[in-house]
Amino acid sequence: MTSRAAAVLLGLVALAAVFAGVIAPHDANARFGDSVNAPPTPIRIVADGHLTRPYFHPWRLADRLETRYDEDTSTRVPLTFFAGGRLVSDPGEPKTPFLLLGGDSAGRDVFARLVIGARVSLGIALVASVASVALGLLVGGLAGARGGWIDAVLMRLSDVVAVLPAIYLVVTLRSALPLVLPAGATIAILVVLLSIVGAPWIARGVRPIVAAERQTGYAEAARAAGASPWRLLWRHLLPASFGFVARQASLLVPAFVLAEATLSFIGLGLPDTVPSWGTSLQDASTLGSIALYPWLLAPAVAVFVLTLLVNLAVGEDALATAATEAP
Amino acid sequence: MTRYLLRRLAGTCLLVLAVSSAAFVVTRLAPGDVAQANVGLGGASQEELARARHEAGLDRPLVVQWAGWLSGAVRLDFGRSLLYRRPVASLVGERAANTALLATVSLALALALGLPAAFVTATRPRSIAARAVGVLSLVLISVPPFVGSLVLVLVASRTAWLPAGGMTSGGDLNGLPWLLDVLRHLPLPVLALALPLAGTFERLQAQALASALSEPWVSAARARGIPESFVLRRHAWRLALKPVAAIGGLAFGALLSGSFVVEMVTAWPGLGRLTYDALMHRDLTLVAGCAAAGTVLLAVGLFAADALIAWSDPRVVHDEEQAEGAAA
Repeated sequence: MTSRAAAVLLGLVALAAVFAGVIAPHDANARFGDSVNAPPTPIRIVADGHLTRPYFHPWRLADRLETRYDEDTSTRVPLTFFAGGRLVSDPGEPKTPFLLLGGDSAGRDVFARLVIGARVSLGIALVASVASVALGLLVGGLAGARGGWIDAVLMRLSDVVAVLPAIYLVVTLRSALPLVLPAGATIAILVVLLSIVGAPWIARGVRPIVAAERQTGYAEAARAAGASPWRLLWRHLLPASFGFVARQASLLVPAFVLAEATLSFIGLGLPDTVPSWGTSLQDASTLGSIALYPWLLAPAVAVFVLTLLVNLAVGEDALATAATEAP
Repeated sequence: MTRYLLRRLAGTCLLVLAVSSAAFVVTRLAPGDVAQANVGLGGASQEELARARHEAGLDRPLVVQWAGWLSGAVRLDFGRSLLYRRPVASLVGERAANTALLATVSLALALALGLPAAFVTATRPRSIAARAVGVLSLVLISVPPFVGSLVLVLVASRTAWLPAGGMTSGGDLNGLPWLLDVLRHLPLPVLALALPLAGTFERLQAQALASALSEPWVSAARARGIPESFVLRRHAWRLALKPVAAIGGLAFGALLSGSFVVEMVTAWPGLGRLTYDALMHRDLTLVAGCAAAGTVLLAVGLFAADALIAWSDPRVVHDEEQAEGAAA
């Protein structure tokens, strides 16, 4: 029950990421000079004691040095719906932006960057998870089906990669490459690094399943009927592991979202112009700004919600087994 | 047993050398070097850069440089850090101790919170307390140390209950005042690391305990009239530790990973921050030293986990010894 509800919510998150361009009231990189570190704009629906269509009072920069904002109660800006290809927008945009989750240190809309950043963060994580599965099935399948020294070498290697602290591995490899790269190249590098780190977690679970299936009667029958080793592996042995792979691959997604966030946070991930949960959190990298502008932590909350939903969707029994059978 | 320990020690030494060598070589192959980072900022001339490189031996071929470092490392001489201008061994030792402090206190707290909680959930699965603990565990598992430390920093700086960052408040403190100061700074990073791990331990242990309680020998013990609490504490608990111990090694790796992030967020002067600085400035000897120290920490953690497995289920050791005897 809970796992199904969580799966539905995850679907909604994915939909939100796909339609981010419609949901976000502004462009991710639009800068509003008078809204640097502005707090979230409260939406109001009561005016002069009556219900009215949603509006807000714009922030007035009271003190630029202290970045203190006052609500300009004399002006009411009504929110418009379904205008200009956006779900919500405000007519007076450049002067009085509607900032649902406040503004960041460059005066950009935190909410817009969160929604559009979901695309980048989830996209990288999903692709890396699929790549991990491909690599893990290959390694685990080969090791389980062939046995012998291939098995020994591949699994030893997987053990070493799995047991090394993942973030140290990724940070070391990433820092060995030029630090400033085009956004596309950085994304490709992240996907490759993450799939290398993730693959052992698939391979180590797939290998024993394939090795056990190899001994079964139907595998023997397929071999006797003249199935080639590859056909045997792909059609008969690997499918037995798909249940495990699906669970493990789902758990890799939030782990990879977190990894991207961490790397971007410490400046080894994506450039600031690419909105992602990690690059958005960079603004919160000083202790002072966390205390003064807590809305900058919105992407961290998003990481938590995503992790929780995936954990619920996978189910807690599977969660515990995944933790035990992986090693 | 001695032979097993010796073999294990030799394997660890090899792993330490392999990992730190790999880190050394990878960083050497990366663009830029520490001379640029040290001298280059002030707009130094090419000659100055070349001289600095020559003095540091950075102009030698990779293999020569690596061999030089390795011959020192096997004699436990890890060279000097060009970035901090002091011996790598003492610098890394200092920072690794800070990380080890963070990791061990977190592990202890996670065990202290997670295992007793599992007793409640496993023995009275239908009670309200058990359900509350189960939900709480799932929520805690979903708060990675990165997110947790950011939120805790926010709470700490808003409420001033705890210092928001660092390991000490600075100044020259010694002895007891220093210790008290560190103890005040410890809870924030420790909580960020320990809470998700405590949740994981609770879930694992609760499941293992529940399945241990349905074993036939538990029924036999009950039938013989042995009190339930005795069955739990004396028999089931120890066997149910096995899954926790089985992920113990990986948990330690995860602790080191988590500690890296927490150190970055809360400005804890540990191995993670040092590694990051060394990597960013291409300080080869320091990178290699950090990798060596990290691997040692990891090996200690893995060894402790294996010892715990052996204690919780003696059959494991027995089987391994038999296998070893057969091999010999």
